[in-house]
Amino acid sequence: MITEQKIKMALQCPMPKLDFDIITLGHGSGGLLTNRLLDTGVFDLLKNDLLDERHDGAIFEVEAGQMAFSTDSYVISPVFFPGGNIGELAVNGTVNDLAMCGARAKHLSLAFILEEGLTMREFWDILLGVKYAAEQAGVQIVTGDTKVVERGKGDKIFINTSGIGMLHPKARISKGRVKPGDKIIISGHVATHGMAIMSVRQGLEFETTIVSDSTNLNHTVMGLLDVFGDHIHLLHDPTRGGVATVLNELARDTRLGINLLERGIPVLDEVAGACELLGLDPLYVANEGIFIAIVAAEAADSVLEHLQNDQNGSAAAIMGEVTTEHPRQVLLYSKIGGKRVVNMPVGEQLPRIC
Amino acid sequence: MQYLSEYRDADVVGQYLDEIRRTVTRPWTIMEVCGGQTHSLVKNGILQLLPEQVRMVHGPGCPVCVTPLYQIDKAVHLAMEHGAILCSYGDMLRVPGSKMSLLEAKAAGADVRILYSPLEAVKIAQENPSKEVVFFAVGFETTAPANALSVIHAQRAGVKNYSILTSHVLVPPAIEAVMNDEDSHIQGFLAAGHVCAIMGIDEYYPLVEKYNIPVVVTGFEPVDLVQGILMVVRQLEKGEHRLENQYSRVVRPEGNPEAQKVIAKVFEIEDREWRGIGNIPMSGYELRTEFGAYDANKKFSVNIEKVSESSECIAGQVLKGIKKPFECPQFGKKCRPQSPLGAPMVSSEGACAAYYHFSQAMEEV
Repeated sequence: MITEQKIKMALQCPMPKLDFDIITLGHGSGGLLTNRLLDTGVFDLLKNDLLDERHDGAIFEVEAGQMAFSTDSYVISPVFFPGGNIGELAVNGTVNDLAMCGARAKHLSLAFILEEGLTMREFWDILLGVKYAAEQAGVQIVTGDTKVVERGKGDKIFINTSGIGMLHPKARISKGRVKPGDKIIISGHVATHGMAIMSVRQGLEFETTIVSDSTNLNHTVMGLLDVFGDHIHLLHDPTRGGVATVLNELARDTRLGINLLERGIPVLDEVAGACELLGLDPLYVANEGIFIAIVAAEAADSVLEHLQNDQNGSAAAIMGEVTTEHPRQVLLYSKIGGKRVVNMPVGEQLPRIC
Repeated sequence: MQYLSEYRDADVVGQYLDEIRRTVTRPWTIMEVCGGQTHSLVKNGILQLLPEQVRMVHGPGCPVCVTPLYQIDKAVHLAMEHGAILCSYGDMLRVPGSKMSLLEAKAAGADVRILYSPLEAVKIAQENPSKEVVFFAVGFETTAPANALSVIHAQRAGVKNYSILTSHVLVPPAIEAVMNDEDSHIQGFLAAGHVCAIMGIDEYYPLVEKYNIPVVVTGFEPVDLVQGILMVVRQLEKGEHRLENQYSRVVRPEGNPEAQKVIAKVFEIEDREWRGIGNIPMSGYELRTEFGAYDANKKFSVNIEKVSESSECIAGQVLKGIKKPFECPQFGKKCRPQSPLGAPMVSSEGACAAYYHFSQAMEEV
């Protein structure tokens, strides 16, 4: 379904005929070449009233209330991976960071650092990813920037997006509201995105059907807040460092303990298999299209049911709870009834020898 | 996951644990040789589920942990000074050398790549004919066939810019070294299932006889481990010492003859230094003379000074099972995964790291 939509968009927005195939330093000079690059269709592709002004920044009205503001940079390698590309990731990532604050993203900035030699075809496909993700999330790209660096000084393309959004009137999301007894809900399968990337990383390629689950979570989160409001104490997307990192940060900052049930953590069979093979722990693998919700115990079952009826939450599960025991530590109860500490990872997980 | 889920079944594990409790009448000390087994014991929380009388100690079977410091220095040197593309298995990268780790060398501009298979390194050599490509061939008998095969592939394809830096070690001599240590109190062994899948089980009969110890070839899943422990405990309680194979679904008595042939073609057995333990006679693989062109030690003249280890690190005693990681005064204090004093704190298979990461009794740090 998603693939069909993407193909349809690619057909509707064919790459314009150009007299250059690759990005050169001149395309970032701010001069004629930059204008030619942007006029080829970049502006048309992401068209909206604010962007069409082509000013140094965007000027717009805001609603009354609180706003959230977030920024993130995307340096993923490879830039194309099963299920998406860096363009989609850059939009979804910032949209989701705002959603985790309880805000619906509205306006995004988009800044490219291109490496000399990037093909126009690749750039166009990434732009299509941006357009697709922005339309799905219902956000506008209202301002942007393009720089080009010498070959070898980048990795094809780096993207930064910043975004602002209006806070949901019922949102009261804060670490300070996490309390003992709260249930920890995971909205979907863990480690899927990270293993999809790993499967195409040079030197580690393996044949698999794992596809990244990168998507916007704002509609799902807004739906959750509409119904459950301040029963939702905290939201977090476990991107870098995975679930283990987010929960360790939470335990450290709240001085509370966390109990996890290995049985309650959803992992796709093929993802679990790939993790086995490489000697990686799914709890430490990066995620994209999922979030962790810490919710009041009395609302947990209803939140879970609500999530399971959402297209982004069909695999949602209660994976643990907050406790006053073992403060600042995350404990996992293994499937066979043993327990262990889940620590903060030191750095990137490295595949094991055997 | 089919084929695996039945070996992770809580009920079955519980039944074996009950049987161990019923069988054991006095204290026993059992060593699991392989780091993968240590990892699984700790990760699944099995150690706390065993009765007090069964004391598991963790063996030297972590290839990353026993790779000597100067070999890491050599790998770093080849990457930094000779401009080689240095390829390695992932967990070797973070192990500190005397000056830096391969990960730090990478950050300093060296071309260091993580691979899952050495055959990939041969491909990289073919794609980069103007560069030397070195594969850091560490591991036990399990990784030896693939490493040997990479050399054969390179030779067949006429690839001249490929070589391997070997630091291959063997399990049976390590068991002997542990048993010969007068401080060792080991009464039974879980032998490493995957090593036996390659080499077969025949090499262990003489050890069983020489040291009068039960040896049970064991797998890595929770059910495998508790079953293997039960088999050792049963023998000990009856005063027996036999070689048994718990992991018969994977390990054939003769092992994998094809893999053995490849190993024998490329490697010969030599004395080898083990980090933390010292020299063990006839305990490692070196490339045969006829494959000298693929031996990074011969190809590059590298003089690396042997640097002594941190005197605060008791890795040798941990690797031989004489001390537990907790018994080290620096555990979790000066020595942590982000600033390890010795290799067992680095590799996820190292006993110290496994304890640090997964163990409940860890002090608040």
